[in-house]
This record gives sequence, C-alpha cells and structure tokens, in this order.
Amino acid sequence: MTSQPEERETREARDVPATDVIVVEHAVKTFGAVRALDDVSLAIRENEFFALLGPSGCGKTTLLRCLGGFEQVTSGRLLLDGRDLVGTKPYDRPVNMMFQSYALFPHMRVWDNVAYGLRAERLPADEVRERVEDVLGKVGLASLADRRPNQLSGGQRQRVALARAIVKRPRVLLLDEPLAALDRKLRGEMQIELKRLQHEVGITFVVVTHDQEEALTMADRVAVLNAGRVLQVGTPVELYDRPVNHFVAAFIGKMNFLRGVIASGGISVPPHGLIRARPADLADGSAAWLAIRPEAARLLGPDETPGPEDAMLPGQVEAVAFVGSQLHTHLRLDGGDTTFVVTSNKRDVLPAPSERLRVTWSLNDAQILAG
Amino acid sequence: MGKAHAGASRWLRIWMGLLFVFLYLPLVVLVTLSFNDAQRAVTSWRGFTTRWYGEVLQNPEILAALGTTLVVAALATTISVALGILLALGLERHTRSSVLDSAVYIPLLVPDIVLGISLLSFFSLIFVPLGVGSIVIAHSVWGTAFAAAIIRTRLRGFDRSIEEASLDLGVKEISTFFRITLPVILPGIISAALVVFTLSIDEFVIAYFTAGRTVTFPIQVYSMIRFGVTPEINAVATLLIAFSMLLLLAALYLGRSRGVATMAVPDEAAG
Repeated sequence: MTSQPEERETREARDVPATDVIVVEHAVKTFGAVRALDDVSLAIRENEFFALLGPSGCGKTTLLRCLGGFEQVTSGRLLLDGRDLVGTKPYDRPVNMMFQSYALFPHMRVWDNVAYGLRAERLPADEVRERVEDVLGKVGLASLADRRPNQLSGGQRQRVALARAIVKRPRVLLLDEPLAALDRKLRGEMQIELKRLQHEVGITFVVVTHDQEEALTMADRVAVLNAGRVLQVGTPVELYDRPVNHFVAAFIGKMNFLRGVIASGGISVPPHGLIRARPADLADGSAAWLAIRPEAARLLGPDETPGPEDAMLPGQVEAVAFVGSQLHTHLRLDGGDTTFVVTSNKRDVLPAPSERLRVTWSLNDAQILAG
Repeated sequence: MGKAHAGASRWLRIWMGLLFVFLYLPLVVLVTLSFNDAQRAVTSWRGFTTRWYGEVLQNPEILAALGTTLVVAALATTISVALGILLALGLERHTRSSVLDSAVYIPLLVPDIVLGISLLSFFSLIFVPLGVGSIVIAHSVWGTAFAAAIIRTRLRGFDRSIEEASLDLGVKEISTFFRITLPVILPGIISAALVVFTLSIDEFVIAYFTAGRTVTFPIQVYSMIRFGVTPEINAVATLLIAFSMLLLLAALYLGRSRGVATMAVPDEAAG
C-alpha cells in the first residue's frame, strides 16, 4: 500500500505524453427497454491498467463486451488507435478478452489452448513454440503444459486464460471479473501478480470488477459506473479523496454521511444545526450530503477543545471493534439515529461502550456532495 | 433391529437375483441352444457344435439381408446424426418455442406401426419407389428425433463463452464450429450415432412397411421363423447379441476416455 503513490509517480513520468488507445464516444446500448449503456464517454490511455468499477447491472460488462466485439453498441463510437471498431467482428480487432468463466477449451491441453490463437494467425511452428513457451514461463505454468483444463486448480486455470490472451500481444487486454472465481487469499496474491504482469508485458489492461478494493489495488485509473452511466473517472487517490457524488463516495472505501441542506458557510444538518464546510457548487437550500472519511475524524479527549476551524458533534459509543491495525469506534450521534464511525490506530485511549465522547474533524476533511 | 435389517437386505438380494434371471435367462437359453447339435429339436440337448454358425455364414439369403441392413443402418445413422446436430443446435440456441420443442419428439412417441403406415402412404403418394432408399428415409425420420434428443443433453451444459473465446483469438465462426463446438459435443454425437445404428439394425415394423421387395435382416429372420425356430436362427440371434454388446462397450469406452475429443481436432486444422 505504502509504495503505491511512488510507483504511480514513476509511471506517469515515464508515460508522458500519454496517448489514448481506446476512446468511447457517447456509447449507448439498449437491450429492449433496458439502457445498459447510457451515453458513456471515456478514454483509456496507452499502457494503463484501467478498471471499470460498479455494482452488478451497471453496464461495465456490457461495455467490455462491446469493446471485445461480442456486442455492438446501439449508437455512439468506439475508437481503437483512432480506428472505429463499430461493426467489426471479435477476430478483426487487436483486442483480446479474458473471460470470467476463463472459457478454456476443455478438449485441449494447456499448451494447445495457449497456442490456439497463434495458430489461427498461421504463424510458423517455431515462432508459435517460442511464444507459447515464453508466456507459459511468465505465468509460471511451464510444467503444466500437458495438462487438460479439468486437471488444473482454479488459480492455474486463471493463469492459462491469461496466458492464452496475452500471447496474442493485443493492443488491449480485456479482463471480465478476472479474480471473481478465486478464493479470498488467492485473489489478493493475483491482484499483485496481474499488476506485475501488466508492467512486464506492457499491454493496456481494461478490467471489469465490482470489488472496489480490487480496483483500487490494481488500477492506475478507475471509471465508476452506475445504471449505465460513467459517474467519475480518476486515479484511486482522486476517487477516494475527491468523489464527485454520494454514490461514488459510498462505493469507494468507507464514508460517514450527514444529510442536510446547503446554507451559507456550510451545511445545515438537523438536529445538529449548521456545520461549517468548504463551499460547494450548490445553491443555498438544495439538499446535500456532508461526507467525512472515518480516518479523517478524531475522537476528542474529555479535556480537549476542538480547533477554531474544526467541526464537533457529541455522541455515545455504541460499539468498539478492534481489527488489528486499527480501532473502529461506532458513535451514535446525539439527537438522531446516525452512527458515525471513527477509525484510529492509536490504542492509548480505548473508548468504553456507552461512554459519551465527541467527534471532530477539520474543515478541509469534510466534503459537500450533491444528491 | 439389526437382524431384521440384515434379513431385509438378504431378501432384496434374492429379489434382485430373480430379476436378473428373468431378464437374462431367455438369452442364456438362446445362446446355449445355438450350440445344440440337433437338427430341428429345440429343447433337448444333443451335444456341442458350431455348425449352425457355419451354415449361417454360408446362407446367401441371410448374408444379403445382413448386408442390406448394414447399408440402411449406416446411411440412416449418417443422415440422422447430421440433421440431429443441426436440429439440436437450432432448438437449443435459436428458439424458445415449446411447441417446436415437443414437435421434434413426436416421431419417438408415435407407435411404429402408425409411422410405418403413414410413411408408406406418403411414399406412394409422392411416388417414391420402395426399397433401400425408402427404408433409409423412414429410419432417418425417427433416427433424427433420437439423435437430436441425445445431442441436446450435451448442448445444455455447453459454455458458449468458449466459442466467443475462439472468435476472440482470431478464428472465424465456421472454423470455430469445427474446432471447438463439434469436438466438445462429440461424445454426444457418438452416443447418438451408436443408438441410431443399433435401433436401425433391429427395427422391423417400419422397415416391413416401407421395404417393398427389399429384405432386411429382421424381415429375413421373421420369414425364417414362420417355419419354426431353428438352431440357425439361434445362431443368428447370438451373433446379433454379440454385435450389440460390442457397440455398447465401444460407446462406454469412447464416452469415458479423454481421447475422444483429441481425435476430432486434427493437428493440421490448427497449423
């Protein structure tokens, strides 16, 4: 986690100026009365690890399948290196897909599965052998080349599916929920593994996932989708620190929300009254949310006073959860049924259940969101 | 309690034994009598001989009928399986009509005698000459329904993303069908072929109606039996049993071994 910002910096330095490999312009896809994609526009850069993130049914898989050529958009354009992809078949695009079910050919050995796409290109046998051996080495499957898919574990199958797609050296690799079928521990390992592999092969990865943690861990940039629309595109840090609306804020990480109405100087949250916040682009009187990350808030000691710029709300400790590196304190705010969560890694003050405490945060850590 | 249970299980075992006797004793009698060295007698044992097998193999009528039947079965199987694959694919993937779905299986449910009569009237209506051709057509009508039913069970669990993966990897639709779809459903196709072939070989009623002057093997046996059950017929029947067993074993072996699918993907297809 700690090395990530560093890594991102070197990446950006190396990749400047970034060119867009894929450009999606006003893509609409309807299935009967359902608008699976509702005016989606976004650009994916060269060599980027890009994630399409959203709850099930948000349109992320539809977009991926449109990019792969398995679905055609109803209207709009999909450009790959400036060339319009609309109407071209999957076999006419320099794009490969790793399927959620892995879609390995059950009647072929691992070797033949991986070689399949190269033989389709009618490459000389020597080159096929060289490239298959190379890619099997990269994913650590060289010793299993003679196995059949049904003789492999889930993690091994996933690697075969990956090898089969990257051996084609596509401009873009599409991955549909690549880790969904793996158990939790393996999933964590494969997230790092996929990232390493993406660096190594230098292919643009577009991954679809419903798991925000997975998206944040792996991706350079993430597009958050809901109900067929792109809500926000940004780096994991941007999405986490500056979500554009309530949905993104709630979907990425944990967030405390207070419902209120915009007033001059802040937001009026009943029954707590006016809470000062940085002005947002919203008219006075419109409904809005005040959002505070659990780790940005702090519990005040009994003798402490909040800073002049800080907000402060009293409440009663409902529960305290110790999760190893962190302490989660659930505080029921006075005069309402809002539970406010505060995380801290200090253990010197361990709140007791039912203890009366005050929560505070600085002006800059709270954000007003529309919705 | 334990004793009662043991008693019940012993009775069950005896019951099962009786069932097997009931099922297989006639076959054992038939096979045994095919080796009986008696001219006409059916029931009394006069010593062991294999001469009836020799006579069967020298009987030109039996051999001709057997030849006709094998030709009919081979042709009907080929047609049935080819049409059955297409029908199964179409039903499984391109229609949700339950009427069409059930219509396919009607030939399986219609009594053979009805099918025989209707085919006979149909053939004479459109002036199809009766003979090997008309039997092949008749058997294909009914074989296609069987083949489609068997192949569909294989298609039901088919993960279509493997076809998409093939397209994605640069192989067009038709090649994808031959390299991916067909090999994966091959076990279903093989069992369909074996079933249709076996059914066609011993099918009597439909063949009898649509054969004209052509004599198939079951018709030949029928005409021989009118003069009594001879040891020769027992020998023929024994050969038929052996042949069916062989087909059954082949089906079991092919269904089990993983070699099936590999055979269907010739190496040069990929290069």
